[in-house]
Amino acid sequence: MATTETAASARTAADSRGLRRRGRKLDSVNWPLTALAAVLALTVLIPLYLTVVTALKTPDQLGGSGFEWPSRVRLENFSDAWNLTNFPRALLNSAIVTVGAVVLTILSNSLVAYAIARNLHKRFFKFLYYFFVAALFVPFPIIMLPATKETAVLGLDNPVGLFLLYTVYGLSFNVFVYTAFIRSIPRELEEAATMDGASTWGIFRRIIFPLLTPMNATVGILTCLWAWNDFLLPLVILSDPATRTLPLAQYVFQSQFTTNYTVAFASYLMALAPLLLVYLFAQRWVISGVMRGSIK
Amino acid sequence: MTHTSKAFYWMAIPALLLFVTLHTVPALTGVFFSLTDYAGYGTWTFIGLENYFSLFKDDRILSSYSFTFLFAITTTIIVNVLALGIALLLNAKIKFQTAFRGIFFIPNVLAILIIGYVFNFIFSNSLPLLGQWAGIDWLSTSILANKDLAWLGIVAVSAWQSIAFSVILYLAGLQTIPADLYEAADLDGAGYWRQFRSITFPMIGAFFTINMVLALKGFLQAFDQIVALTGGGPGTSTESVAMVIFRGGFQGGEYGYQMANSVVYLLVIVAVSVIQLRTLQRKEVDF
Repeated sequence: MATTETAASARTAADSRGLRRRGRKLDSVNWPLTALAAVLALTVLIPLYLTVVTALKTPDQLGGSGFEWPSRVRLENFSDAWNLTNFPRALLNSAIVTVGAVVLTILSNSLVAYAIARNLHKRFFKFLYYFFVAALFVPFPIIMLPATKETAVLGLDNPVGLFLLYTVYGLSFNVFVYTAFIRSIPRELEEAATMDGASTWGIFRRIIFPLLTPMNATVGILTCLWAWNDFLLPLVILSDPATRTLPLAQYVFQSQFTTNYTVAFASYLMALAPLLLVYLFAQRWVISGVMRGSIK
Repeated sequence: MTHTSKAFYWMAIPALLLFVTLHTVPALTGVFFSLTDYAGYGTWTFIGLENYFSLFKDDRILSSYSFTFLFAITTTIIVNVLALGIALLLNAKIKFQTAFRGIFFIPNVLAILIIGYVFNFIFSNSLPLLGQWAGIDWLSTSILANKDLAWLGIVAVSAWQSIAFSVILYLAGLQTIPADLYEAADLDGAGYWRQFRSITFPMIGAFFTINMVLALKGFLQAFDQIVALTGGGPGTSTESVAMVIFRGGFQGGEYGYQMANSVVYLLVIVAVSVIQLRTLQRKEVDF
C-alpha cells in the first residue's frame, strides 16, 4: 500500500524534526504571512471568546451581537449550571469512560497488534488483520440499532460497557497503526530474549511494550479525544440518567432550558474546560503525537 | 521458521471474540432484521426485500441521502483546500510558528456538539445583526431557519472543527519533503506556484489521499453538529442519513426498515471509499 511505504521512508525524514528545514535563501521572518496567520487564528479564538463572555453575562445583556464585553459579571451562571447539569457527576462519568477507554485500549490493542504483526505469514493472523481493518468501513451509525439492543441485553448499557465499546471499536484503526510500527522493530531483540529463556508474554511486556511508547501516546491521545467528546455512543448506549457524560448532559440541558443562554454557556464552558486545559499544557506533545500517527 | 507460540493466540483471540460479539454480531443481526418488518419491539414477520424497495420510493430517505452527500462533499473540499493552505502557511517562515500551530489545533479537542450550540447562538443572534447592519438580505435572519441556507451553517461548523486535524496531517506530510528538492528548484529558477505543483503537492500525495478519505467518511456520518444546529430542520431539509436511522430506528418504530437503510448506506460508503482510494492513489507518486 502506497501509504505505508511512504510512511516508512517518511519517518526518518520527520524524525530529524525540521519545522524550519525549508530554509530558503534568507532566514528572515515573513511578516505578511505572519499577519495572515494571526487573522486566521482569530476565526478559532472568536467563538471561544464569545463562549467565555456569554457565560459571564446576565440574561439582560444578551440583546446585542453577543460579542460585547460583559458590563456586569454574573458568576452564579456557573453555580446554576453546576447544579442543573449535575456537573460533578457528569465530569466523573466522562472521566471514567475516558480513562477506562484509554488504558484498556493501549494495553489490549497493542497486544493484539503484536500478535498479528509477528505472525502475518500465518493465515489466521492475516485474516484477523484484514478482518479488523475492513471494519473501518463499517461506521457506528450503521450498526447502532442492533448494537444498542445487544449491549442492553448484555448489561453493558453503562460507563463500563461504554469504554469497552470504545476499546473494541478502536481496534480497527489501532491495529492498523500499531502493526505498521511493530513491523519496523527488528526481530533480533526478541530472538535474543528467547535465547535467554523469555516467554512471548515476557517479551511483549519487557521489550515490545516499552518500545511502543510513542505509538501508545498517539493512540492514547486519539482515544482520549474520541471518548471524551463523543455524543452518539453515550446517547444510545447509556440508559441510566445518572451515568450521563458531559456532552450528553449538555444535550439534555439544552432540550430542557432552550432559552437560558447564559447558564447554558457557563455549562458549555465547564464541559469544554477540562480537556482544553490539559491541551494547553500538553500542546506540543499532543500535536506531535497526532502527527506521528499520520506518518505511520 | 519457528512454530507460532501459543501465547500469540491467547493475545489475539479474546479481542477477536469481543469484536465479533460487539461489532460483527450486531452487523449480521442488523442485516437479518432488514428483511423483516420488526418495529424494534413486539413480533415480526419476514418480508424479504420489501424494505429495500420501499427505501427508493421514500422521499425522506432520498432527501437525507442527497443532503448528506451535498454536505459531505462540499465540506471535504473546503476542509482540504483550507487545511492545505494553513499547513503551507504554518510551514513557511512565520513568527510564533508553534503558538499558531497550537491555536489552530484547538477546535479538534472540543466536542463538536458543544461547538454546534455555540455557533447556533452566533448564527441566530450575531450574524443576523451583522446582516441587518450591512443590508445583506439573506443574512439578516438566522440562516439556520432558512431552508436553503441551513446546510451552509452545518458546513461551516464542521469545517471549523475538522480543519484542525487535517492541518496536522498535512504538516506531517510537508515535513517529509527533503529540503534539497526546493534548493534544487530554487537554483533552476522555479517560482513558488511551480514548486507547489511539481514538488510539494506530488510529495504529499499520500497525505492528501488519507485526508480526503478520512474527511469524507467522517462527514458522511455527520450527526452531532446537526443535532446542535438545526435538529434536521427546517422541516427535514438537513436530516443526515445517520439522523434518519437514529430517529426512525429508535423513535419511529422502523427498526427493520432503518436497518435496510443502514445496509444500503454501508454499501454506499464502501463503494465511495474504494472509488476514492483508487482514483487518488493512482495520482500518488511513490518515493
